[in-house]
Amino acid sequence: MTTNKRETPLIDQLEKGPWPSFVKELKKSADNPMTNDLLGVLERSYNDRIGHWKHGGLVGVMGYGGGVIGRYCDLPEEFPNVAHFHTMRINHPAGWFYTSDVLRKICDIWEKHGSGITNMHGSTGDIIFLGCVTDELEPTFSDLTEAGFDLGGSGSDMRTPSCCCGMARCEWACYDTMGFTYDITQHWQDELHRPAFPYKYKFKASGCPNDCVASIARADMSIIGTWRDDIQQDDAAVAEYVTSGAVDIVEDVVGRCPTQCMSWDGEKLTINNRDCVRCMHCINVMPKALAPGKDRGATILLGAKAPIIGGALLSSVLIPFYEMEPPYEDLKELVEEIWDFWGEHGKNRERVGEFIQRIGLGNFLEQIGLEPTPEMVVHPRTNPYIFFELDEDEDEEEED
Amino acid sequence: MSDEDLINEVANAMYEMVKEYHGKKNFKAMDLTKAMKQKYGEDKVNKALCKKAIRQLIDSGRCTYSYVGGSYITLPAGS
Repeated sequence: MTTNKRETPLIDQLEKGPWPSFVKELKKSADNPMTNDLLGVLERSYNDRIGHWKHGGLVGVMGYGGGVIGRYCDLPEEFPNVAHFHTMRINHPAGWFYTSDVLRKICDIWEKHGSGITNMHGSTGDIIFLGCVTDELEPTFSDLTEAGFDLGGSGSDMRTPSCCCGMARCEWACYDTMGFTYDITQHWQDELHRPAFPYKYKFKASGCPNDCVASIARADMSIIGTWRDDIQQDDAAVAEYVTSGAVDIVEDVVGRCPTQCMSWDGEKLTINNRDCVRCMHCINVMPKALAPGKDRGATILLGAKAPIIGGALLSSVLIPFYEMEPPYEDLKELVEEIWDFWGEHGKNRERVGEFIQRIGLGNFLEQIGLEPTPEMVVHPRTNPYIFFELDEDEDEEEED
Repeated sequence: MSDEDLINEVANAMYEMVKEYHGKKNFKAMDLTKAMKQKYGEDKVNKALCKKAIRQLIDSGRCTYSYVGGSYITLPAGS
């Protein structure tokens, strides 16, 4: 079919410059009427300075409440091929590893049923299929399940868990991020597909404090690899960095340690591991000489969100060190306590971090049955009026 | 009453609630769960049972999920 390509002078500007351009990529498939109208509606939006998409509604596949985001164009007469342009989120494999054969299968399915436009991968981590008409949702889903894929999360459910490539490619991974992500994806299928929460709940697993998936800023529950013992140190390799001139150890390593926990006497690097906050800077600068310790696990943090309008909220420490041994029973129990309490008392569209801010961390910890620890404190309180409440047992003891 | 009968009964009660308020009020899964706990008593109906009832409600096609600035359980299009 021959398509009359739309004139797009404004968005053509986005092709200029040395950086990659989504307009350039879309134009490669502009023979597809859906893509052609997509370019047209984008040009129109740039002209009108307003978006022409509506989202939400009743679209989805049978039995699932997530995985499909309904999108409709508010100019269907002008752009009939994108009148329905739903997004499908496909649960990605942990760590985003594929065989080329599987990638071909996915693309064939999507070219058969939809626009053929993908986003590999969306900010949620999922494989994103952009542009499906309502009638093609079920057939696409059916072909995907046959190929071994499932939909991911959307709406007020557990979102598709995502992780860094972890032990598959990274020597610094302090736990098996991919194994953990696969485990919780399978364990909480119901929570993933059947929205039952006040709002979204995201898990992101990072193997070390470098936090390559930015879980501390984006996930309601961040699971960040860490270690309890000392940084592994190879003194000969440290000396080699210094003598070769590759690193100015005083300026680039010692001087940039956020807690000043290390010193260099001209011959030996001494680390006071008690004061180390696991920032990873020294390890990143001298990877051949330093490495995370051997007693490894993860810090569990709670409550981040990355809003578009309001300020970002980073997650806070909930469990300073968790051993991350499958099947992660204690962690699963804690998560379900959190979901129960937040589900019962959270407001609509209130993320768990906002909920904690509203009710107070002390009340939250009491309800989920977790003892407060010093690691949960962001900074010392500035209010000098501190009231201690004695618990009942202590009250009774005093009365006795 | 067997567990399965109770799940069916709760699913029916949830359906009636969604139907009665259709177009007036949207219900989340937790709203339906809270209402059922109140109706039948927490000793008889708990969260796990309500979860199964919602599953039955959705899988049977009597209700569906919608997204209106949050995920809700509602009647299918055209109902």
